[in-house]
Amino acid sequence: MSTENMNLTLKVWRQTDNKAQGNLVDYKVSDVSPDMSFLEMFDVLNEDLITKGDDPIVFDHDCREGICGACSMYINGRPHGPKELVTTCQLHMRSFKDGDTIVVEPWRAKAFPVIKDLAVDRTAFDRIIAAGGFISVNTGNAQDANAIPIPKSQSDAAFEAAACIACGACVATCKNASAMLFTSAKISQLALLPQGQPERYRRAQSMVAQMDAEGFGNCTNTGACEAECPKGISLENIARMNRDFYHAKFVSEEEV
Amino acid sequence: MAELNANIPEGDLTEKWTKLRSSMPLVNPSNKRSIEIIVVGSGLAGASAAATLAEMGYKVKCFCFQDSPRRAHSIAAQGGINAAKNYQNDGDSTYRLFYDTIKGGDYRAREANVHRLAEVSSNIIDQCVAQGVPLAREYGGLLDNRSFGGTQVQRTFYAAGQTGQQLLLGAYSSLERQIGMGKVEMYTRHEMLDVVIIDGKARGIIARNLITGELERHFGHAVLIASGGYGNVFYLSTNAMGSNVTAAWKAHKKGAFFGNPCYTQIHPTCIPVSGEHQSKLTLMSESLRNDGRIWVPKKKDDTRKPSEIPEDERDYYLERRYPAFGNLVPRDVASRAAKERCDAGYGVGKSKLAVYLDFTANTERYGRIEANKHNIHNPDKATCMRLGREVIKEKYGNLFDMYKQITGEDPYELPMRIYPAVHYTMGGLWVDYNLMTTVPGLYALGEANFSDHGANRLGASALMQGLADGYFVIPYTIGSYLSKELATKPISTDHPAFVEAENAAKATIDKFLSINGTKSVDYFHKKLGKIMWEKCGMARNAQGLTDAIEEIRTLRKEFWSDVRVPGTTGSFNPELEKAGRVADFIELGELMCIDALNRNESCGGHFREEYQTPEGEALRDDENFSYVAAWEYFGDTQFKLHKEELKFENIKVAQRSYK
Repeated sequence: MSTENMNLTLKVWRQTDNKAQGNLVDYKVSDVSPDMSFLEMFDVLNEDLITKGDDPIVFDHDCREGICGACSMYINGRPHGPKELVTTCQLHMRSFKDGDTIVVEPWRAKAFPVIKDLAVDRTAFDRIIAAGGFISVNTGNAQDANAIPIPKSQSDAAFEAAACIACGACVATCKNASAMLFTSAKISQLALLPQGQPERYRRAQSMVAQMDAEGFGNCTNTGACEAECPKGISLENIARMNRDFYHAKFVSEEEV
Repeated sequence: MAELNANIPEGDLTEKWTKLRSSMPLVNPSNKRSIEIIVVGSGLAGASAAATLAEMGYKVKCFCFQDSPRRAHSIAAQGGINAAKNYQNDGDSTYRLFYDTIKGGDYRAREANVHRLAEVSSNIIDQCVAQGVPLAREYGGLLDNRSFGGTQVQRTFYAAGQTGQQLLLGAYSSLERQIGMGKVEMYTRHEMLDVVIIDGKARGIIARNLITGELERHFGHAVLIASGGYGNVFYLSTNAMGSNVTAAWKAHKKGAFFGNPCYTQIHPTCIPVSGEHQSKLTLMSESLRNDGRIWVPKKKDDTRKPSEIPEDERDYYLERRYPAFGNLVPRDVASRAAKERCDAGYGVGKSKLAVYLDFTANTERYGRIEANKHNIHNPDKATCMRLGREVIKEKYGNLFDMYKQITGEDPYELPMRIYPAVHYTMGGLWVDYNLMTTVPGLYALGEANFSDHGANRLGASALMQGLADGYFVIPYTIGSYLSKELATKPISTDHPAFVEAENAAKATIDKFLSINGTKSVDYFHKKLGKIMWEKCGMARNAQGLTDAIEEIRTLRKEFWSDVRVPGTTGSFNPELEKAGRVADFIELGELMCIDALNRNESCGGHFREEYQTPEGEALRDDENFSYVAAWEYFGDTQFKLHKEELKFENIKVAQRSYK
């Protein structure tokens, strides 16, 4: 843990577009303050590249407070870097030390093609939600919000699953590039709530079907997704999804 | 241009909306299928509008610059959403929410709009719960509430410190459902670069595909701008890096008046700036003021650690100055009070630009209650603190973690250091009661419009307004316009107006790439931010604003002759996107200063040093400034002021007091 300014070497994946061959390029960054965030360190590097007339490094980012899920760097072999429960934008340089070499790559998964440098296409996640990650209630159909009491423990569990930010770290870290943690988090949130019951099994089937169609791999229970998830989404969600999926297949199959 | 008509329905305040809604012209289902609507932005307002309009049967196209509609900046809202449910049986009502909002806005909002907002607030909570939004609950299974600033009831619904995320994901899931059914066409990583006006009506947009760089033309019978606020004009703000004014500004340049641009909300509790490298500021939710007490040392330049400063040497200045509301005064009041203490030399931390937000007293109080529950009688302080910490953790855990991550200090051990930062903009495109701008067929929703918060927004009201506009207002009010458009066939995008707008957008992009100067876009953005913060920030005066206008004009010239935008137009080029946004911020910055200079009074977030009470409170001038300033664009930063008089028929206008 550094408290003094640092000099670092970065090895950053550069790739001009989806079809190009990419490679790691070395950059030196000097006088990095430990109070900087990882992305602010990239801002400094980019400012330097622009002044020199080089192409700045493209990376996704937006809220920079760990909630939008846009940032997505694979840092020293781990999504969002070395710290637990933290997104890249909330990773601060005090987690590194002077002289470190840091390797930065994009998410790697067939279903997340690289767009440029460190930015990838994660629209597959939106399509999984569009396949069933909702409750079919049109605006204006709702009854009073307190009409159905929901036990606090159940509501809290739904909230924990709903905290997913769809960053894709689970897919990036999985050796099978599986999207089961992401998909199961949404299925769980809705399966845990009374409002989600009418479409529960139908939802599990359609979302899983879309997940497969997108080219994500399967789950082999390694648990890397849970370990790397910046929001601490639990593996239990996958178990719940599987239960609902099998229930749908063997007990109450509906046409979807 | 005709004089401003807010189109407020006749009749009693409490019946205006109900009557209008019941008598509004309708579009029958088969006609809806042939009407196309463009929605720009996919946050709470945009996503809820796009989803609802599609549910009703309209053909909708929705655009966002992010890679997914779920990442719109509404996602970062922390504290909560207000609704006049009165579940706590503490005397809340539609009228009280209406009254609090008008008063909180320092009597600079439109009565009829605010009352409608209060009326539909309850429906929002119902809708969200039905969508599966896991709002916080009590052990009995019913919804929980907490307090927010500027109110004396508990009407704020929440989901830990992630309320915006949960509400947005609710709206997003509704939107995705419509996308899945093919009723909404979603365009992610697209930025709107112009509105296309044909025969005086908004008929489409020019959008840039941010990946390929292609310019696209899209037709719509109506265009809805829901692109959020413009706080990033200050460079450092709590907004997301991509939040921008471009869509709203282009609409302004095409004829939509801009309302009250100088009304900016500076949020009192943000993590202080740590250095020159800082790219954005992080909010610490207002909900923390439920349990955190704000103080500074009574002695100037006190270098002792906070824990070493005894109780009687601390100045809990909000509790001292405003005993009735204490730490829960509205944001503008709390921010100014923090600035006053720091300017007077009582600030803490390295920069001396911070005050303490201290949870010790309430942690101990909660601990005592917990100890009682566990049958521990006469617990010592350490036990109370240990048990109380668990309670605090459950309420604010994610915020405490975020604070620790950013500052490297543990707020369970040390009080937080906080300072005000730019957070929200009350100003925006001027809209009438139907949310239509001065351009027929062009609407503005959510933070992008000016309508409901007057000169200061109360906490937990932004989420309420965004969803009210999108779920419950626009779906009705747009009918009165579209019902007259049934004969309008889709206009070909080869129409000269589309060609001209596209060519203009292309010329601007080519210009950026050809300047080939020496300084990055960020260089100019930071410079603009500094001018705005120092001269059009928490305190303003005539001299400073006059200087700022000159400085911004100079900066604008320098930008257009010396900016360096690398790369090409035909590729994914975030620097090019930023250049367009900063060019618009520079123009907007000037208008904000012009507006602030014109408004010779203090109200809400707009504090002119020349106009204050002897106690340093904002001093309004109702005789001369009880109006909405709506600015018309005349090219090359020439603006003309139009006034919409504010009439208060149901509320007695008074000097705002939180004492």
